[in-house]
Amino acid sequence: MPALPRTLVDRIWDAHLVSAETAETPAVLYVDLHLIHEVTSPQAFAELRRRGITVRRPERTVATMDHAIPTRVGADGRRAQPEGAAAEQVRALERNCRDFGIELYGTGDDRQGIVHVIGPELGLTHPGTTIVCGDSHTSTHGAFGALAFGIGTSEVGHVLATQCLLQRKPKTFAVECGGRLREGVTAKDLILGLIARVGTGAATGHAIEYRGGAVSALSMEGRMTVCNMSIEAGARAGLVAPDETTYQFLSGRPFAPRGDAWDRAVERWRALPTDAEVRFDRSETLDASSLEPMITWGTSPGMGVPVRAPVPAPDGDAGREKALRYMGLEPGKPLLGRPIDVVFIGSCTNSRLSDLREAARVLRGRKVAPGVTVLVVPGSQRIKKDAEAEGLDRVFREAGAEWRESGCSMCLAMNDDRLRPGQYAVSTSNRNFEGRQGPGGRTFLASPLTAAAAAVTGKITDARELLS
Amino acid sequence: MKPLREIRSRTLVLPVENVDTDQIIPARFLVTTSRDGLEPGLFADWRLDAAGRPRPDFALNSPDAEGARVLVAGRNFGCGSSREHAVWALQAGGFEAVISTAFADIFRANALKNGLVPVVVDESLHARLVEAAGTEVTIDVDACAIAFGGARAAFPLEPFARHCLLNGQDELAFLLAREEKIAAFEAAAGPAPWRSS
Repeated sequence: MPALPRTLVDRIWDAHLVSAETAETPAVLYVDLHLIHEVTSPQAFAELRRRGITVRRPERTVATMDHAIPTRVGADGRRAQPEGAAAEQVRALERNCRDFGIELYGTGDDRQGIVHVIGPELGLTHPGTTIVCGDSHTSTHGAFGALAFGIGTSEVGHVLATQCLLQRKPKTFAVECGGRLREGVTAKDLILGLIARVGTGAATGHAIEYRGGAVSALSMEGRMTVCNMSIEAGARAGLVAPDETTYQFLSGRPFAPRGDAWDRAVERWRALPTDAEVRFDRSETLDASSLEPMITWGTSPGMGVPVRAPVPAPDGDAGREKALRYMGLEPGKPLLGRPIDVVFIGSCTNSRLSDLREAARVLRGRKVAPGVTVLVVPGSQRIKKDAEAEGLDRVFREAGAEWRESGCSMCLAMNDDRLRPGQYAVSTSNRNFEGRQGPGGRTFLASPLTAAAAAVTGKITDARELLS
Repeated sequence: MKPLREIRSRTLVLPVENVDTDQIIPARFLVTTSRDGLEPGLFADWRLDAAGRPRPDFALNSPDAEGARVLVAGRNFGCGSSREHAVWALQAGGFEAVISTAFADIFRANALKNGLVPVVVDESLHARLVEAAGTEVTIDVDACAIAFGGARAAFPLEPFARHCLLNGQDELAFLLAREEKIAAFEAAAGPAPWRSS
């Protein structure tokens, strides 16, 4: 009898089953790589200490600091120190990593960065592995064909103690992206376009597999941007099958296999992609060729429209009416030309070198509009150094933007990088929820190109008008 | 986790869809190493205005909120960030169950690990609960049923989640008891992939 056709998720799932699920109990799923940061881990370590248990596989957990730390540069030219409770979180992480033997890339380490940026950058993110982190954007790592998903702090404790999680297998959701993105249309526009179409809860209970020519044509950075926002469609995980682009990105990175081990790994990875005959639980198609640069107008990532479109009518929907009131927007009016106060270029969605290059394409030789504050926050120390080696920091500084230290920054406003009440921001991050970037702040989500264009004109702009 | 068989309480209705965890507890309240003391963060920016005064039109500030331990909210409750602080803050605010037509995956998992019961009902029952705001409901965990005003309906609850709630079973203890199987898996799988080179 021929074997049943399997998906990429099936293959990863089956290979990590300590015990299979039954009607009564979830599966015990083995976790290859556990990433932790200062905000969602302290209570998990406290629970371990309370129970007198230890970390089962410290070599499978890697820690960094990203959420609460300052990205400001002090008068001494170095990163400002965290204060108060944030300093306490940093000290707790240092203590926990020291006591339990976990590798920590803290501030001051040249491997520090946003947790979902450094995993791939260091070559820790491998195809076919299971990866978890106490952060919903763990789906980013799915770009490498890994089953990667966000967990809560209780689950962080489960992984520390047992290297396992109790899980039900997610259903499968295929997103077929045909065609090719046009000039000035990016991976960010693709994912915003998808979420605008299917809605924020559409993929709840599912893992998304992004497929088709438009996905294959994306760089690894682009694939990470797409997979990153899977959670904004409700999916804990979003994956792309590994291919030559994946292997090229990984090859030679610090934690990538070398020599014979590399060849054996690639051979294993080549067997991962979904079989042709598979039927997914749900599927959607998206024609990348017809996509325009996207921007959100509301307070949910699914409230997105092409940047040249007018503000949509609420059509009696209470949620959309509430969002329009919060955003101070009128249906039928154009978004183009709306004045903005702040531009944020960064986050685990769009803080990689290619994102900074895109922003620099627009900002090179231009000036930030008067009265507009622009933060450019690289995703990691490595990206910061690489960007500086190319002179991108000079492009940003000469334009009048602030060039910061790496971290999550204004994506979630846990440190002092915050919008003031009422301010409008064009942001390359992932969430436009009410107050996400600071209480009362109002967020338009967009690509680095669109964000940089808004920085130059001081209003919502179609970046294609500024690209030569 | 304490065993939980039944919740009986008046409801508090928050008729909003897509309530994300940034609303349940804004990120600035996550700058802590404790899971206690999160109540001031609960719906902080919906409860209070910029000057820290209660917003009179917000459900949690209404007299009905007093003593209500069951929150009724719109579709896709708990979307967004994975912060378990959202569950801890709701519990600190006295809530023992949330009723919605759909929950986000991570929030639901976090809720069950802490004994906050996510009750999924269909649109028509949800509409009746919204209509009958403040009504007394009984959530029977054992029978997976919700009853109010003469109506009774089943709600879906994973057998394992039900078992954990009823017995106060903690998932970590359950996992720790699988040590032998985990060790066998590790022996067969070999060392961490990035250390094998």
